[in-house]
Amino acid sequence: MQIKPAACLAALALAVCAGAASAQTIKIGVISTYSGPLAAQGDQLDKGFKLYLKLNGDKLPAGVKIEPIFRDDTGPNPDVAKRLAQELIVRDKVQFLVGTVWTPNAAAIAPLTKEAKVPFISANAAGVNIPYLSPYFARVSFTLWQSAYPLGQWAAKKYKRVYTAVSDFAPGHEAEEGFITGFKSGGGEIVGSVRIPLANPDFVPYMQRIKDAKPDALFAFNPAGKQATAMMKTYSDLGLAKDGIKYIGTGDITTDEELQGMGDVALGVITAHHYSAAAERPANKAFVAAYKKEYGENLFPGFMVVGAWDAMDAIFHAIREQKGKVDPDRTMALLRQYKNPNSPRGPIALDPDTRDIVQNEYLREVRRVGGALANVELETLATMIKDPFKELKGKK
Amino acid sequence: MSALPPAAAGSAAHTGGYVADPRIRWQEWLPWVLAVAAFFGAPDYLSLGARILIFILFALSLDLILGYAGIITLGHSAFFGVGAYVAGILGAKLGVTDPLVQLAAAAAAAGVLGVVTGAIILRTTGLTLLMLTLAITLVFLEIANKATSITGGADGLAGVVVAPVLGLFRFDLYGKTAYLYSLAVLFVGWWLVRRLIYSPFGASLTGIRENAVRMHAVGAPVYARMVAVYAISATLAGIAGALLTQTHQFVGLNVLGLEPSGELLIMLILGGVGRIYGAFVGPFVYLIAQDYLAKQFPEYWYFGIGLILVLVVLFARGGILGIVDAALARLRRPSA
Amino acid sequence: MEAFLSSLVSVAFHGLAYGMILYVISVGLAVTMGLMGFANLAHGVFAMAGGYILTSSLQHTSIPFPAALALAFFAVAAGSVVLERTLYARLYGAGELEQVLFTIGLIFMAVAVARLIFGTLQAPVMLPDYIRGQYPLFGREFPTYRVFLIAVSGAMIAALWFGVERTRWGAMVRAAVDNRPMAQSVGINTRRLFTLTFALGSGLAGLGGALGAEIVAVQPTYPLEQLVFYLIVVAVGGQGSLRGPLVAALLIGFSDTALKYWLPQFGAFFIYVATIALLLWRPMGLFGRRV
Repeated sequence: MQIKPAACLAALALAVCAGAASAQTIKIGVISTYSGPLAAQGDQLDKGFKLYLKLNGDKLPAGVKIEPIFRDDTGPNPDVAKRLAQELIVRDKVQFLVGTVWTPNAAAIAPLTKEAKVPFISANAAGVNIPYLSPYFARVSFTLWQSAYPLGQWAAKKYKRVYTAVSDFAPGHEAEEGFITGFKSGGGEIVGSVRIPLANPDFVPYMQRIKDAKPDALFAFNPAGKQATAMMKTYSDLGLAKDGIKYIGTGDITTDEELQGMGDVALGVITAHHYSAAAERPANKAFVAAYKKEYGENLFPGFMVVGAWDAMDAIFHAIREQKGKVDPDRTMALLRQYKNPNSPRGPIALDPDTRDIVQNEYLREVRRVGGALANVELETLATMIKDPFKELKGKK
Repeated sequence: MSALPPAAAGSAAHTGGYVADPRIRWQEWLPWVLAVAAFFGAPDYLSLGARILIFILFALSLDLILGYAGIITLGHSAFFGVGAYVAGILGAKLGVTDPLVQLAAAAAAAGVLGVVTGAIILRTTGLTLLMLTLAITLVFLEIANKATSITGGADGLAGVVVAPVLGLFRFDLYGKTAYLYSLAVLFVGWWLVRRLIYSPFGASLTGIRENAVRMHAVGAPVYARMVAVYAISATLAGIAGALLTQTHQFVGLNVLGLEPSGELLIMLILGGVGRIYGAFVGPFVYLIAQDYLAKQFPEYWYFGIGLILVLVVLFARGGILGIVDAALARLRRPSA
Repeated sequence: MEAFLSSLVSVAFHGLAYGMILYVISVGLAVTMGLMGFANLAHGVFAMAGGYILTSSLQHTSIPFPAALALAFFAVAAGSVVLERTLYARLYGAGELEQVLFTIGLIFMAVAVARLIFGTLQAPVMLPDYIRGQYPLFGREFPTYRVFLIAVSGAMIAALWFGVERTRWGAMVRAAVDNRPMAQSVGINTRRLFTLTFALGSGLAGLGGALGAEIVAVQPTYPLEQLVFYLIVVAVGGQGSLRGPLVAALLIGFSDTALKYWLPQFGAFFIYVATIALLLWRPMGLFGRRV
């Protein structure tokens, strides 16, 4: 305790001070959603974090201990999330921040991490723009362009005319734009696009409109769960499948944890995504087995569990490389070079320029495997793809 | 006064009104002393403190129309949200970064909206009024969601630039500036509301709440008064919304819609309606409880809030301050 | 022209189906609000309970679908009597603000309890085969479940109308709505009438939640998310009548479906803007009475 607290305050470099004071315990602030109507999503992140800590908590340099501090942002409430991050930085003096299901929450926290120099790793929040808000932000999850754009390119080879239907909010707009850009670059024709309000009890008018337009395929994006299910149900109720209209979308519409509740309507849906619990990779099989052992035989880990898992892995990597004496700038330099050939989702890396995730995208189809529904991987759609939005358009 | 039962005398003294003594009693300085003491005593909790102060101002604005004029609304977040977005858009898109200018613009926008919507909906009552207020805030929520290029939509409005207050005090990582700035704005808001309530205008509002027909009969311009107080309340709510934006440098969609309106209502009811300081006690207790309990017991937290609401309505309609009054009255009774 | 006629038919059919769902879920609220003047925002809790009863009984037992529907009605009606006697009855004389807050409190508690029992994911509906798929009608194909839904709702509306307009109980209810002190003074036990009517209104909500579960997914936040739609139907239709909410529900069903079909870019705005406009035009609702 040679360094005076006042000096720390003046330098605003709390992480450094705290790190110097006690090199042995590293505090990680975890911000996720534990209460409120949308707690199911936060629960996924939480399970991923805790599973990783339980199985790998000891894989650290001798004497180094991890102290995670969990905080509840109650849903997409950026003001709450920002206050929690502030308290974690100022009061608890955490050296890492990780979390947030929601893009607005991560975007509100990001500027703080720049001022306080605390590395912040997104385990889910996928808004294209967040990395530009702070040099101390890195993302191991995904962007919607990453799955929608290659799916569009693939669809252009299979289908001539596609209709798009997305939920009318920012992620829906990104998925729509990504898909259309990819599809048109391959020479496809968009026969129509609708944006469906989030508070929407009946999908029939939209599906009827699409049915009457007679496209070859329908590209869909909604939040997984009741929205995606309701839309697929309406699709099958109105007999769009019989008319030869194929249902395709990003993996968000058939997430592994929601899939069982969606039932048979999901069968045959084609999606593009970076993770499926049904993938045959050995790393994934071990991961799924550990998950089932910990949380229940009938549960499947979704992509958010993997996001949380990999976020922790990236943090552990940075800690190991620095032998427990973590420095924010050194950490960010290490994260820029972070690579993991054996993530449950396959090989991943971070783009050194944007600190955004680079990963494979797989084409999957919903099938029944051993009594349960599964996203069966058919082929690798794109290998180690960077966020196409940043590649094509740069900063938003 | 001696003819009144002690409880009634107590509440009359607290709720203000034209007949009451408008001088500030010593107890009324307590919240401010406490707030300043908290600044020095709990420097690690200033961002939570700033949040509480902002919601006190928001609750105060609701108390003005709900507690004094008897207007029930599920849509007060419309004004809060418009204030938040006006300040945010000025700071993020239009390069207007001075906090006081942003505050004034937000106040003006929310006030104008208050006049316009108030003039349209305040001729209705009951369920119709409830539904209209709710529909209006939902329309604004939908606009904010769709106009992605201006508001950021569901991803939120990032990069809101707020210059130092008066060119001197930067919004810092510890929330010191945010706290003192919110406190100063709340103080001005409180002073205005208090002046208003102890004026003839305030007395006429209470009259309208108690018996609108009779107020018509004595020749009071009921409708005009209601619109006026609605607009004033909207202005204050807009200022509170702008404060939230400025202290967070971010605007999210969660400032609009049913949930923030409902939560605000819960805070005010918890503190006590129609007595100014209910708006102080409610957010203070609710937000601290939420900060502490929601972390410990996320699932039971929702149940607990519901249960408390039911219990307050069934057994303690005056809220926390009502319970305090009753307790004080019981203490005084033997000596009286 | 033929294409236009064809889309007109499908908009009419789907608008009718949507309107029926809205009506079945909301009519109970119109009954309790009109008769007792009680702003029961927790109406959706009863609908959610009905939905959960249906989905879990289909999942865990082998009872037939119609029996599960009936169970949803009677179980929710019975449960609501307990709530009415112990809690609601205390607030009959209270102001709207108290009733609103009290019922919001109930919603919060119900959301937490539902989450604890059923988890956060939506409850899947195991429909029997005979109401799945497509149903040929007038040389076209319609979704069978929606045809079923329209038929059941139609029968229910007819029964309800008969009960209120043609039976002694209905006459007593109407008398109590019109003038409660007078009804009491001619010897009607309004206390018991209220309990029965409340049970009926809640039972209808349960039935509506169960019938609609296939289309409006049942999950813990159901009472909050659907609240706006009940309120719109009842406010626009007018409290205290059966006809008003039916007209309002059908009006919303048709116009919302038509607009989403032909002009989808207006999205969510329409229903709110239309509500505001209608309420400003007729503040007491389309068929409401000035009390």
